[in-house]
Amino acid sequence: MSEHIVPVKTYIGIFVALLCLTALTTGVAYVDLGAFNTVAALAIAVAKMLLVVLFFMHVKYSGGLTKVFILAGVLFFAILVTLTLADELTRHWSPTPTGWGTLAPLLSRFF
Amino acid sequence: MAIHHAHPPGFAHQFEDMQQQREAGSLGMWVFLLTEMMFFGGLFATYIVYRALYLPSFEIGSHLLEVRFGALNTAVLIGSSLTMALAIHSAQIGKRGAQVGFLITTMILGAAFLFIKFTFEWRHDYVEHLVPGFGFAIRPEWGAPGAHVPMFFCFYFFMTGLHALHMIIGIGILAVLTVMAHRGRFTPQYYSPLEVSGLYWHFVDIVWIFLFPLLYLIGGRYLRGGH
Repeated sequence: MSEHIVPVKTYIGIFVALLCLTALTTGVAYVDLGAFNTVAALAIAVAKMLLVVLFFMHVKYSGGLTKVFILAGVLFFAILVTLTLADELTRHWSPTPTGWGTLAPLLSRFF
Repeated sequence: MAIHHAHPPGFAHQFEDMQQQREAGSLGMWVFLLTEMMFFGGLFATYIVYRALYLPSFEIGSHLLEVRFGALNTAVLIGSSLTMALAIHSAQIGKRGAQVGFLITTMILGAAFLFIKFTFEWRHDYVEHLVPGFGFAIRPEWGAPGAHVPMFFCFYFFMTGLHALHMIIGIGILAVLTVMAHRGRFTPQYYSPLEVSGLYWHFVDIVWIFLFPLLYLIGGRYLRGGH
């Protein structure tokens, strides 16, 4: 893993690609794609992130240890979002007791 | 201390060689950036939850932002990432003048981002009474979802505000680096401060790459004047 000097041409290419993707994501937002609008916006953002991480942040040329650390971080971020949404988005699937009042008919049998 | 004469400048003796020192520095910076990712990640996750809870309100809020300023700022920030990468490249090939030039360009682009953000966007929001806590005015034409539009703007100001704070810190770091570069502290063998500061700057760029679509773009932009 010797030090790798990225050529200026590569940096310029990545810069142009990032600008094109910015124009694309802005343009797509004005087209009605239904739920796919959000998917497209996030997919383009992830693509831009990968370009920045791999080339500007030199991860493509980094050692395996750095890559494993980054993947571990992404994994924990995925856990954060997935478990939060697993709770929030499924709450309406089952009725929630509004308070002890729900149990009143049951409790009155004993007290 | 005779042994130190054999070492290249900037070399710390606990490392095997410059290569190992560079990698250790970058790895340490990445660990910090991952904590930053979880820090912003908490805000992003909360934003997703509240957006799902109050979608119509968040769509109204999103339509009140100016896409042209968000897109322009995205381009400015991507440009600053390019000049940051080129500053490190200049250090790698041993060009001191170019390092200083690219670092100053990066600072100017970062300041341009903040200028656009504060004077065009935030000031406009304040004049339009869209800042929660500073005379937020719920407009009757928003109807029932209007009650939760301030929630969108709370997220907007917290997320863009924290991002802007990171930019301000980044510009401060760049100022120090510019002086160091001018004094010739960085050589093709030793440029770790530039490299790890570059990682930070690119990370802040990535946060904006996600903030732009989440705040400005998604939420029925195609319904022009729909709200």
